[in-house]
Amino acid sequence: MPRVTRGFVGRRPRDSRLPPGQYDAGDQWPVLTAERAPHLDTDRWTFRIEGLVEREVEWTWDEIGALPRERWDGDIHCVTTWSKFGMRWSGIPVDDLLEAAGPLPRARFVVAHSHSGYTTNLPLADVTGGRAWLAFDAQGGPLTREHGGPARLLVPHLYFWKSVKWVAGLRVLAEDEPGFWERNGYHDRGDPWREQRFQGD
Amino acid sequence: MSTDPGTRPTTPRRTLRWQAATVLGIRDEAPAVRTFTLGLEEPAHHLPGQYYVLRLTAEDGYTAQRSYSVASAPDGRPEIDLTVERLDDGEVSEFLHDVVVPGDVLEVRGPVGGWFAWTGDSPALLVGGGSGQVPLTAMLRHARAAGRPDLVRMILSVRTPSDLYYGDELHVPQVTPVFTRTAPDGSARPAGRLVLDDVAPLVRGGETAYVCGSPAFADAAAALLAEAGVPDDAIRIEQFGPTGS
Repeated sequence: MPRVTRGFVGRRPRDSRLPPGQYDAGDQWPVLTAERAPHLDTDRWTFRIEGLVEREVEWTWDEIGALPRERWDGDIHCVTTWSKFGMRWSGIPVDDLLEAAGPLPRARFVVAHSHSGYTTNLPLADVTGGRAWLAFDAQGGPLTREHGGPARLLVPHLYFWKSVKWVAGLRVLAEDEPGFWERNGYHDRGDPWREQRFQGD
Repeated sequence: MSTDPGTRPTTPRRTLRWQAATVLGIRDEAPAVRTFTLGLEEPAHHLPGQYYVLRLTAEDGYTAQRSYSVASAPDGRPEIDLTVERLDDGEVSEFLHDVVVPGDVLEVRGPVGGWFAWTGDSPALLVGGGSGQVPLTAMLRHARAAGRPDLVRMILSVRTPSDLYYGDELHVPQVTPVFTRTAPDGSARPAGRLVLDDVAPLVRGGETAYVCGSPAFADAAAALLAEAGVPDDAIRIEQFGPTGS
């Protein structure tokens, strides 16, 4: 049980859309990056699915642009405790991309990696079933470089470090393999409603 | 791209437990900026650049937590310094500034962050804006405690001379302050934003650059470093504070 802090009452009322420990960032969309935001040339951009799949598939910018997109509207939550309500996104369901590659029966996890080398791990179940997208647009316009443009992963039901910026592909695995922040102490799954911020939460 | 944070050495995976942290001292650093010295129940070794998460809990169980960089060097003492800027409407920072007194017990867990951390054995160029001074000062203090101040060069962008933290500690040859609004009397450099001419003379080649500040500052500073010849994969960034979407 947390220890009560003398004199602390907190801000009220709490918005029911806020997971525990989060605050509403309002109109702002904070940028958090551990490295320089890369300038990615869409002429050379690719997205690849590899690993435990029937066939490895790689899409070019034009090829991926021809796939049908979906819109997703909702809230996002960052482990650094801000949440942003009512965002509008569009992208390609990860289900559609995985279906093209055909994960093998023993596939249970993915590592999503970026064009800059950043990695994060996700259970396959968290990027399938209509819960994850390869996103190109947010708030009605193309994703800016700072927010992961030209394309990032969108896994809005998990803390946002899982939604890899400048995403380059998914590696499908049988075993969980911690990514960049996970090896630095962050949780392997990152459910904001269960406050899975750090290892052991 | 050559940057590969995914394969760099990292800190061991371990469970971070909440622990009691007793406020031992509070001192002013700059307008609306204070350092809180916290005595830890279970002291842990940190690397300069790492941070702690601080948690406040109300009687009814409501909690708020924020992350704060450690300002102190890892010197083996069972206490850490966290420097906190009071933000308008900042639920946690306002409480720390307005309510907390020595003797109060807070909760923290950490240290966290293995990427924006300096192990103290290789040249480092530290570029900070505003409260970016905090983790970079931990690096500077570590270098001095280890007898290797030569490994570190630091450039700080602040608005006025009174916005420099830590008393006279930053008035040393390794630190180049740059003032954006008001320069000290007699200063050769007029007040203004960080430019290439400020940064380029500090680049020696072979160093890792640690950039810390607001997103706008970090983006601009990283671009200057790249222009000055620092490779992208030698630039590590820690940003805090909001930006417009």
